[in-house]
Amino acid sequence: MRVENHPILGESRQPDTYIYFDGKKIPAVTGEPVAAALVAAGVRTFRYTAKKNQPRSLFCGIGRCNDCKMVVDGVPNVRTCVTPVREGMDVRTQHGLGEGDVTHE
Amino acid sequence: MNKNLIVIVGAGPAGLSAAIQAAGAGAKVMLIDENQKPGGQLFKQIHKFFGSRAHKAGVRGVDIGRQLLAETESKGVEVHLGYPVYGVYPDGRVVYGSAEGVRSIQADRVILATGAIENNLCFEGSTLPGVMTAGAAQTMINEHRVLPGKNVVMIGSGNVGLIISYQLMQAGATVQALVEAAPAIGGYAVHAAKLKRSAVPIYLSHTVNRVWGDGKVEKVELIALDEHFNKIDGTEKVLDADTVCMAVGLTPMVELASLAGCRLAENGTMGGLIPLHDENMRTSNPIYYVAGDIAGVEEASTAIEEGRLAGIAAAESLGLGTAEAQEKKQAVRENLAALRSGAFGQRRFQAKEEIVKEFYREAEV
Repeated sequence: MRVENHPILGESRQPDTYIYFDGKKIPAVTGEPVAAALVAAGVRTFRYTAKKNQPRSLFCGIGRCNDCKMVVDGVPNVRTCVTPVREGMDVRTQHGLGEGDVTHE
Repeated sequence: MNKNLIVIVGAGPAGLSAAIQAAGAGAKVMLIDENQKPGGQLFKQIHKFFGSRAHKAGVRGVDIGRQLLAETESKGVEVHLGYPVYGVYPDGRVVYGSAEGVRSIQADRVILATGAIENNLCFEGSTLPGVMTAGAAQTMINEHRVLPGKNVVMIGSGNVGLIISYQLMQAGATVQALVEAAPAIGGYAVHAAKLKRSAVPIYLSHTVNRVWGDGKVEKVELIALDEHFNKIDGTEKVLDADTVCMAVGLTPMVELASLAGCRLAENGTMGGLIPLHDENMRTSNPIYYVAGDIAGVEEASTAIEEGRLAGIAAAESLGLGTAEAQEKKQAVRENLAALRSGAFGQRRFQAKEEIVKEFYREAEV
């Protein structure tokens, strides 16, 4: 859910682009973190842990804790809270350590 | 050759303020931050600051951030954003990631303004989606303008817990409960009053016992604590909530100071291990200075003053701006003393004095 009319900050930027979450198109604001677009769209689970398959989501929001890692454009373990949205990004729920191109950062 | 190069790690309130002073004194300044935007956590702080007018009281953090940025740019500081600093060497070599790959640069002085990381609590269900740090919720609502949840339980009644509870309400959430393990509210009365006026239930001497739900937070169980912080069986109370925020203190991020060989010492009042420093913010490694939360968790206003102090002193140690340095540093120290006065400031004032004393004790050994 987006905060539309804030008593101090005023109106917020409206979504001007989109990304894909597990193949489903969701609205997003260019440059906002992927995690923000997911939270706005009501997505709760970002990944499942390797050992116990437990759900994880946004936790620290500033790139420190690694709980929000997902597979972004085929690259696993991308911290979605510090990764800016680009039009048409393919964002997928990560299972365990993730699969894909692990040679990237 | 980079003569008189001062590298500053962290572009929050301390780092920006240090950069402005160091560049103003004539140093070549390189400011590095891993984030895409400068300002650290300032741009999330939409409340008005306290203190005297000289300390920007009545100004919102977000506006202070804009002022600092404009001044940094006007002083010709080289700002590198999105560059994580991977490591530092005791001789002042700073290793960082850039668009072109890993780079390193030899600095004459390094000012570490890396800030602090939020603490967290463990309880049954504390890893469920919907449990997050208070800072994460604040980042989402004030910076990205999305609401992480509608019904929130806040743990911790320090200023962070109080302010973010109120800001969550401004963003449209309901705060179901403010939970505090101690028998009294930890933060300023003026912030607590905002919650009391809004009839937020405040549970003193309570903690969150467990959280559960179907893959996400749905139920939150509170439990009362006795005077020794032991749980009292039979006092459990279950609330409906989709979000639990933790505002349970911060820990200074001292990793780079440790790599640089700076002496660290435990200081409970200031958040844990702190690099020992003198009255100029200089550490036991004379190439390295510290400023802001890395030197003890306080507030943005103190971080700004410590950053200024470190910037002036680091430049002075290179023979720059020496004519004005004493007077400027004295003014900053007076500002810091004023910010560390009163019922809440006194403990921090004493803790900072202790850090400086310890620095000289260690230096003698």
